[in-house]
Amino acid sequence: MSITEKKSGEEITILAIESSCDETAASVVRGGRTVLSNVISSQIDIHTLYGGVVPEIASRKHTERINQVIRQGLSEAGMELEDMDAIAVTYGPGLVGPLLIGVSAAKAISFATGIPLVGVHHIEGHSCANYIAAPELEPPFVCLVVSGGHTHLVLVKDYGKYEILGRTQDDAAGEAFDKVAREIGLGYPGGPKIDRVSREGDPRAIDFPRGKVSGSAYDFSFSGMKSSVLNYLNTCRMKNIEVNVPDVAASFQQAVVDVLVTHAMRAVDEYGLTRLALAGGVASNTALRAAMRSACEERGVEFFCPPPILCTDNAAMIGCAAYYEFMQGVRSGYDLNAKPGLRLGDR
Amino acid sequence: MKILAVEASGPVAGCAVLEDGLLVAEYSTQYKKKHSQSLIPMLDEMCRMVELDLKEIDAIAVTAGPGSFTGLRIGAATVKGLGLALDKPLIPVPTVDALASGVFGTDMLVCPLMDARRQQVYTGIYECRTKLTVLHPQCVVPLSEIAARLNELAAGTREVLFLGDGVPVSKEALGGLMEVPYHFAPAHLDRQRAAALAVRAADLWEETGEACLVSADAFRPEYLRKPQAERELGSRRNYSMVQPAGTGNV
Repeated sequence: MSITEKKSGEEITILAIESSCDETAASVVRGGRTVLSNVISSQIDIHTLYGGVVPEIASRKHTERINQVIRQGLSEAGMELEDMDAIAVTYGPGLVGPLLIGVSAAKAISFATGIPLVGVHHIEGHSCANYIAAPELEPPFVCLVVSGGHTHLVLVKDYGKYEILGRTQDDAAGEAFDKVAREIGLGYPGGPKIDRVSREGDPRAIDFPRGKVSGSAYDFSFSGMKSSVLNYLNTCRMKNIEVNVPDVAASFQQAVVDVLVTHAMRAVDEYGLTRLALAGGVASNTALRAAMRSACEERGVEFFCPPPILCTDNAAMIGCAAYYEFMQGVRSGYDLNAKPGLRLGDR
Repeated sequence: MKILAVEASGPVAGCAVLEDGLLVAEYSTQYKKKHSQSLIPMLDEMCRMVELDLKEIDAIAVTAGPGSFTGLRIGAATVKGLGLALDKPLIPVPTVDALASGVFGTDMLVCPLMDARRQQVYTGIYECRTKLTVLHPQCVVPLSEIAARLNELAAGTREVLFLGDGVPVSKEALGGLMEVPYHFAPAHLDRQRAAALAVRAADLWEETGEACLVSADAFRPEYLRKPQAERELGSRRNYSMVQPAGTGNV
């Protein structure tokens, strides 16, 4: 394509790189919503040995795998670097060591090729996974982003325009899942394991408190919920009562789901919106999906939820988010740094 | 042979271009600014200053470790990205060798010291008369151990030259440990320099040819240390190093 010929939006092709936690990922996305490749190299087997993500080990693994993952992303799309219109990369929030690998590699590739660089917010990426899964979805909508590192209730006003309505004041929802799973002997990663075991348990068996946060109607707190599970387990131990693991898992999961659904529905009602989307790793939780879907149906609210492959950390969602930023003229400089505490809407 | 050198293993961020023995450009900073923010902008500036077409380089030299874990990885991810985009091989150089290669024409034993924390140094022992000779390959040891080895090697005949960012933290202890005369390198010799790295890489190419080349995909830094969590894996209840992804609490 000649320089004078201007590409239309549908032809814009972006190579996206994601390394904010323990997944090394690369993807080629065309026109914002067409995923040509979506390569994810997970380190979960290694971190399982430690019961959680070890930042130093994650950083080392990202360094070892980054090039192969990028190459695979390009080759599965049947493309070369020179076919790209932009290089997108997650630059926060996340773990700083892992973030730096993707950011450094993306900047080097952008510098060496002259292809523009677009830094992307990880939470914005998660929310954009819904655009890929549902081509008809347009803003505005409410998006609940729940993962091992994040719990955000976000008002998506327009492409690239977000307002955070609420966030967790302590543990992320997925983090609480991991900690409870560890205590009841299910191991890591807690989310999928609790989800599975809960199907054999009674979600009403134990009434764990639904964490309330004073001050904000939309903020979350999961550490109290987690503590009450630990207290319950200790009490059982002291009284020599056998713990029914499926019941504990199901009851804890129900408590988390109740809070997430209540907050999300409150936002939908308050802002008079007709669409709600889930995103993030915990959006794969079957109980959360089912409860949110039925709460939405009751209200006549349209419910969106990406398939699990787009819920987990991936680069396709980053490519999608980058597309809308790119079309609005956003470009990052070579001094782009990893920002572990990056806030949504900040640059 | 045109070599682009990238240095980020320690307190210095730097880059250089060496073409057939001519140092075309060097850029070096030791400043509070993070390597992740300064490395590519300085590469960009250097390349524009000397009108370097990156496609013309033959290989990319990089300090391969040891060093600051984060610094090593910023350097590694940068050269891996450059290598991938330009389809060029890397020449990894052990960091301590690269440090010593800044010294030339001395009869002193050259001993770079890099602060490795936990009462240890990354170090090695070299002769730098007319070419770099490794007497003791790079390692991570307590200062006393390398001092004892130096005392043994230098006894009665040689003096020792110390350099590196480990010098300020080791100076006092060296006074009690060293039994032979010793000196400290001046500022232009006592830190990592991309120019010295490039020269060392060119020497390796001269001496070993393609054996010194590593593909950008295969390259990984040499940390000389396992991650703390891996060392502590024996004590299973120690979760101090484990972070459930939730550090980006925004």
